[in-house]
Amino acid sequence: MEPIGDLERELEELRETYKSGKTKEASWRRSQLKSLLSLLEEREEDIFQALHQDIGKNHVESYRDEVGILIKSVNYALDCLKQWMSGKNVKLPMVTFPTRAELVPEPLGIVLIISSWNFPFGLSLEPLIGAIAAGNVVVLKPSELAPASSSVLATTLHSYLDNKAVKVIQGGPSVGDQLLQQKWDKIFFTGSPRVARIVMTAAAKHLTPVTLELGGKCPAVVDALSSSWDREMAIKRILGGKFGACAGQACIGIDYILTEKKFATTLIEEMKVLIKKMFGENPRESHSVARIINKHHFLSLKSLLDDPMVKASVVYGGSLDEDHLFIEPTILLDPPLEAAIMNEEIFGPLLPIISLEKIEESVEFIKSRPRGLSVYAFTKNEKLMRRLISETSSGSLIFNDAIIQYAADTVPFGGVGESGFGRYHGKFSFDAFTHEKAVVRRHFLIEFWFRFPPWNDYKMQLFKSAYRYNYLSVVLITLGLKKSSQCSKTH
Amino acid sequence: MASEDKKPKAACFDGEAARSLVTELRKTFDAGKTKSYEWRVSQLKSLLKLTKDHENDIIEALRTDLSKPVLEAFVSEIAMLKSSCEFTLKQLKRWMVPEKVKTSITTFPSSAEIVPEPLGVVLVISAWNYPFLLSLDPVIGAIAAGNAVVLKPSEIAPATSSLLAKLLGEYMDRSAVKVIEGAVPETSALLEQKWDKIFYTGNGKVGRIVLAAAAKHLTPVDLELGGKCPVIVDSNINLIVTARRIIAGKWGMNNGQACISADHIITTKDFAPKLIDALKVELVKFYGNEPLVSEDLSRIVSSNHFARVTKLLDDDKVAGKIVHGGQNDQNNLKIAPTILLDVPEDCLMMNEEIFGPLLPIVTVNNLEDSFKIINSREKPLAAYIFTTNKRLKEAFVKNVSAGGLLINDVALHIANPYLPFGGVGESGMGSYHGRFSFDTFTHKKAVLYRSFAGDASARYPPYTPGKLKLLKALLSGNILGIIRALIGW
Repeated sequence: MEPIGDLERELEELRETYKSGKTKEASWRRSQLKSLLSLLEEREEDIFQALHQDIGKNHVESYRDEVGILIKSVNYALDCLKQWMSGKNVKLPMVTFPTRAELVPEPLGIVLIISSWNFPFGLSLEPLIGAIAAGNVVVLKPSELAPASSSVLATTLHSYLDNKAVKVIQGGPSVGDQLLQQKWDKIFFTGSPRVARIVMTAAAKHLTPVTLELGGKCPAVVDALSSSWDREMAIKRILGGKFGACAGQACIGIDYILTEKKFATTLIEEMKVLIKKMFGENPRESHSVARIINKHHFLSLKSLLDDPMVKASVVYGGSLDEDHLFIEPTILLDPPLEAAIMNEEIFGPLLPIISLEKIEESVEFIKSRPRGLSVYAFTKNEKLMRRLISETSSGSLIFNDAIIQYAADTVPFGGVGESGFGRYHGKFSFDAFTHEKAVVRRHFLIEFWFRFPPWNDYKMQLFKSAYRYNYLSVVLITLGLKKSSQCSKTH
Repeated sequence: MASEDKKPKAACFDGEAARSLVTELRKTFDAGKTKSYEWRVSQLKSLLKLTKDHENDIIEALRTDLSKPVLEAFVSEIAMLKSSCEFTLKQLKRWMVPEKVKTSITTFPSSAEIVPEPLGVVLVISAWNYPFLLSLDPVIGAIAAGNAVVLKPSEIAPATSSLLAKLLGEYMDRSAVKVIEGAVPETSALLEQKWDKIFYTGNGKVGRIVLAAAAKHLTPVDLELGGKCPVIVDSNINLIVTARRIIAGKWGMNNGQACISADHIITTKDFAPKLIDALKVELVKFYGNEPLVSEDLSRIVSSNHFARVTKLLDDDKVAGKIVHGGQNDQNNLKIAPTILLDVPEDCLMMNEEIFGPLLPIVTVNNLEDSFKIINSREKPLAAYIFTTNKRLKEAFVKNVSAGGLLINDVALHIANPYLPFGGVGESGMGSYHGRFSFDTFTHKKAVLYRSFAGDASARYPPYTPGKLKLLKALLSGNILGIIRALIGW
């Protein structure tokens, strides 16, 4: 735990570094990103080991979901950095000629990134890439619930990056509180709505802008797919997007399924077959499914199944191993809608399937619930797709796949409503830590002499024309060829 | 139901009323009415019509609230609002179209687009200095983006507030656009509710209150605040034009009561006297020898603000630095354009946003020193420089951080709908005007389309070393690597 004296020293060092202007240089940003790349490539094993220790992730899953994606993102940032850093020329209405205008991106300053435990590397370093690319100095507070990862982040970032500009401060809620008392130029938070409120309230005291990446219940609408190829593809993606992603402990993981009653049985049967194929007969032994992060979370997942009606709806799996904090992939069919499992974000390997009379009812079902980070739909029905796009709202909407949007650089990643606000990935990460400064350059040459008092009707008429971009009128009036006929009679 | 025509306002708009107001608007929004292009266009057209039909009433209300000169009222509020509305109507269809985006090999095969959707039910709280413009410009954005909106105009400009309530009640769709008048109790009641966005224009103190209230519901917020907007003046400029532009950007803007008006000047010790002389000459040309009775100057909005501004001159050390003006007329809440030279750094005037017709001039030995002075304060909404020295211009752009920068003029940048208007740090967060208004009230939903066709089984368990190789190649976009991994090399 970091005593407050040390914290003040660290922050002072960061302020000095930022003031020196070093982090604004393209060369500095580039070198930091390259060092991050080296870190990811050279310390891969340490990262895999930490993730295995913290959440029991298989190293292929760790590569697929964290290391690999980060490498891709750093490379993308390196490729685009020059373009992102250059100003954007802005067109202006002719009436302001010969004025020039541009948007100049500048760093916000000293930023705080607070990340979560389920993708401890991904959720720490992806925002870090944006913060560095944008020229800021950074404090990263990883989640204490993933201690091995937090420690590896601290040691590797300290040795690979400029530690006068990028600092990792480890610790739990009390360290978090101390950090939140400070004045930051931006806070980027990934986590739960409860803590998000604490973060935003603290930020309010200093007028600090925040990005909140939260979660929610992400539904997957599964239409009756007639082709067995499509079905297999869809189910693989669903299972991968639920059990294969940190055992369901993912903000964009599929929370529950909506499907038609007549399709539900087929769906469940085929899911059972594929679960065995993908995760083996004994998923815990085969290390193909991550474990639950800690006892506290394990017990809250267990309590979701305590409700007898919920327990009765389990159609596959359901076994819990408290010693190993492991829950096997579990499917439920039609648990009661009032039960906790259908009202809180599950964040675990329990997959309720809600069956509807007609698949179109899924639109209303989703609409009537709080907006989540993602909505998924496996369907070829274009009408249903259009309805989902225009009638439901969520951070993102994915057709025929799950989770994959996390790997995309060109689509923004973020929530809306209860799932948060702000976005990142690709250029959006750069933008999240940037202030776009409007710069307008005027000359002394041309002047709209009628800008200045004393005021009279003549000037009024000129203004009316100028504002309507009615250049001809302006010329005519100035030449005395047009009378002020519509001027206001109040002067 | 909270209504816009209840008087007195004292006890009737409370938490209960606010809650049912939001419920009603949410019902309207959920029914989908505000999402249609036709609805948005009809509402924007109504706003335009309202402005055209009642131009005189608006000018009259602004005169009552601020003694705002007719032409200033027209140019800085009515014309700007009309222009904003017309620009939005012209561009709206384009803004509503989903934006197709490229996708990369990591999600191949796929296509993607960004679909703009309204946030839902939004709250706009506006300020008293440009009460008409700062109320309706954000409302234009909110409506264009398809939201239901509540407007809370400033009670410090009561004539405009009540006119807005009346006119919007008559011209707009009352099931989706509402005006709630009032002061602290009504605003607090509104802030307790859950909004999908809050747009606030005003000062930092209240900005913090708004942000803290929003935090309870995780509501995103735009804050348009202010700051001490500095004007750096070099000696190699056209003095007369510079003086005129400074005057227009200070006293010509609501007599200095504007978030982007020139707060203070920074110039060299040598040049200051010349600048002061030019300003004096032009000031007389603009406002005559008796500025206190000039029709072309706004008054101070209220006795509270009058007291606040005159207090800045209370200190002897400050009053002794007046080089022009300094007169005031308390009965009519008028303060004459006043210029001061080299007031002490630690006086109140140099540490708060002046928001009034006092213009302190700070002198330095070198103009480059001015950047340090500016950067030692909180980031303002705007910063200005008058110079023909290219190097100095670039150094200014590089080193000074503010919401926006303007070279060789003051304030004009707000008239441009292609530039985002907003602050940074203490001067605010978020931006608007033009398309940025639409964007600020919009959620850009990412929509990704995948087909069932190709898929990398490497994505799924059971996990094998071969899959790891393939994933590495896939994620790095390395075609050769992908091929090698696929053929098991």
